[in-house]
Amino acid sequence: MRINRRRFTQLSLAAAATPAAFAIGGKARAADPLKIGFVYVGPIGDHGWTYQHDQGRLAVEEEFGDQVETSFVENVSEGADAERVINQLATTGHGLIFTTSFGFMNPTLKVAKRHPDVRFEHATGYKRADNLATYAARFYEGRTVSGILAAHVTKTNTIGYIASFPIPEVVRGIGAFTVAARRINPDLQVKVVWVNSWYDPGKEADAAKALIDQGADVLLQHTDSPAPVQVAEERGVKCVGQASDMSRFGPTAHMTAVVDDWAPYYKERVKLALDGGWSATDTWGGLASGMVKLSPFNGNLPAEAISDAEAAIAAIESGERHAFDGPVRDQSGTVRVPEGEHLSDEGLLGMDWYVEGVQGKLPG
Amino acid sequence: MAVSGLLGLRLERRANASRAMLLVTPPLAVLLTVLSGAVLFAALGFDPVKALMSYFVAPISTRYGIGELAVKATPLAMIGIGLALGFRGNVWNIGAEGQLTLGAICAGGLALAFHGQEGPWLLPLMMLAGAAGGLAYGAIPAWLRTRFNANEILTSLMLTYVGTLLLSYLVTGPWKDPDGFNFPESRLFNDAALLPIILDGTRMHLGAPLALLAVVVGWVIVARTLIGFQIKVVGLTPIAAGYAGFSQARTIWFTLLLSGGLAGLAGAIEVAGPIGQLQPSISPGYGFTAIIVAFLGRLHPVGVLLAALLMALSYLGGEHAQIELGLPLALTGVFQGMLLFFLLASDFLVHYRLRRVAPPGVRAARGRVGEARRRWTSFP
Repeated sequence: MRINRRRFTQLSLAAAATPAAFAIGGKARAADPLKIGFVYVGPIGDHGWTYQHDQGRLAVEEEFGDQVETSFVENVSEGADAERVINQLATTGHGLIFTTSFGFMNPTLKVAKRHPDVRFEHATGYKRADNLATYAARFYEGRTVSGILAAHVTKTNTIGYIASFPIPEVVRGIGAFTVAARRINPDLQVKVVWVNSWYDPGKEADAAKALIDQGADVLLQHTDSPAPVQVAEERGVKCVGQASDMSRFGPTAHMTAVVDDWAPYYKERVKLALDGGWSATDTWGGLASGMVKLSPFNGNLPAEAISDAEAAIAAIESGERHAFDGPVRDQSGTVRVPEGEHLSDEGLLGMDWYVEGVQGKLPG
Repeated sequence: MAVSGLLGLRLERRANASRAMLLVTPPLAVLLTVLSGAVLFAALGFDPVKALMSYFVAPISTRYGIGELAVKATPLAMIGIGLALGFRGNVWNIGAEGQLTLGAICAGGLALAFHGQEGPWLLPLMMLAGAAGGLAYGAIPAWLRTRFNANEILTSLMLTYVGTLLLSYLVTGPWKDPDGFNFPESRLFNDAALLPIILDGTRMHLGAPLALLAVVVGWVIVARTLIGFQIKVVGLTPIAAGYAGFSQARTIWFTLLLSGGLAGLAGAIEVAGPIGQLQPSISPGYGFTAIIVAFLGRLHPVGVLLAALLMALSYLGGEHAQIELGLPLALTGVFQGMLLFFLLASDFLVHYRLRRVAPPGVRAARGRVGEARRRWTSFP
């Protein structure tokens, strides 16, 4: 008998004897299963971005059983290869294809035009078509919560931020973090190191060490490997994990992680595709929708830090608080967001400026 | 030779390596890889025949697949040709990836500079600019090597990182798409700056025949020109080359400029072909994979072409096997690794042989006799 990933999942489901799985399996239609393809930019074992997307894929398999069949291609480079991989999925009977990195935007659009009968979903991009939806998460809301924790625990008032590429999403995260942290501790400064990669454990660890040597006692990361968490643990500083709960890499250092939870979204979209209600929408979910979550706070954090963080989560979820509530100043001290307003989605999407309190110059 | 002594075996260089065997080893390595692959698939619980078909045949069983093979093999062949010439002359250009990047920057820069005022002159100009950019970038290690005797392996490799950071600066800064929400990529090139498709319904573009042309030119240089002969002599016996008046510096300049130019042209072809814009990463490591391609192809232009096709197929097959069978990505690496292992191992056995050796006492006696015989018969 062939053992592939899918069958393995089914077997493990059977072993777990989940009644729900059987119930859904029983409802499976006679029709052919919907084939769903995922294109990943990193390895599924990165413990970060791609890992979380793959968790979403597994959740889809678990939820829909025989109604779906999933496949994925990992480590697809964001160049000429992407179009071929996406096209290959489209021509091998996949009816719904998720491409999960910004760099797949133009290739996805090209293939989507060629295959109007296939539904596509592209993460973090801005180009849409009748059969191409987009989705992204408001990770910056999680950064606000991280900022509150960092402001409570820092003693040196210096935060180290390991950043990937100077794109709006990352700049926005740095901004949201800094704004929230400086509301509590106005002396706090943020130092940023750009590693020009989403996943490079060696470079990420080097950046972490350099930042600690420059006085940082809290590390933030917008890169996907757990290497900075390990360095933080070794050197006795605090940190915030990225994309998935990374506490096992730094049980003392890891304060929390900003977790991307794609499972509810993927399940919803697959359900729509199965029921025929799918359309090319644009989704940008945050804490309120459950697309962004904070992993459990470390027990060694001060009680006040935790209660402040929890209050912030509740306020953001209810819409009472926004990550960029005015007044927000840029590095030159100019007010970019006046008091009583908050930064619009348009302003967030194209954000290319550092807020006050971030050191250095934004590349580009 | 304690270990080999224990095993009762010893390695000995063959006096004459069989030329026929040297030609047979690459196909033999491929065959052994396929056979081991079958065993591996069977061990993983897959039907070996089906898995091998999915890996090696299915990806190129469609018209689109053939086009993709050409798209993927084009930069590998083009860069591999240049590198192979250098390696023949012991010039180790490891920085083709950087030269490719500079070629992409020069060609892409032209496409952006003349955005909206293109003409039929633009595309040839982009190709020339790409080649010139790569050539100029290859000139740096050549100059450092001939002027300061700086090792070209290190300088060319390190310049690769400079090249990719320069590209990263340009696409996050001055060349960023004005309507692109500050994402790091240039605007899409207009059609006049894109290589025409030469096979309908695929992505096979004009770069593929250019790569074939590079193979022909490479072959002419190797087989029919004085410089090709000089490179070979400099590579095999630098001292003899010196007596013959062949300049080592000339070999270094020629091969680094040529391989740099070809890599730059490959970069121009990538941005004007399948990518159609500038972005932070242009190549998934073609410049480095081409090193393997050059050796797999026996440093011969025709061999390089075949090796490029084979490597391209191994990538396509890896993707296909992931989609169709859920096989892990690591398999691509395993296949490429096995291929190189079998090639190097069979090469080694063509040049060396294992000989059973007698116990130590006898061996010592024989050794003395042998030594005496060698002394009388060998020419210094």
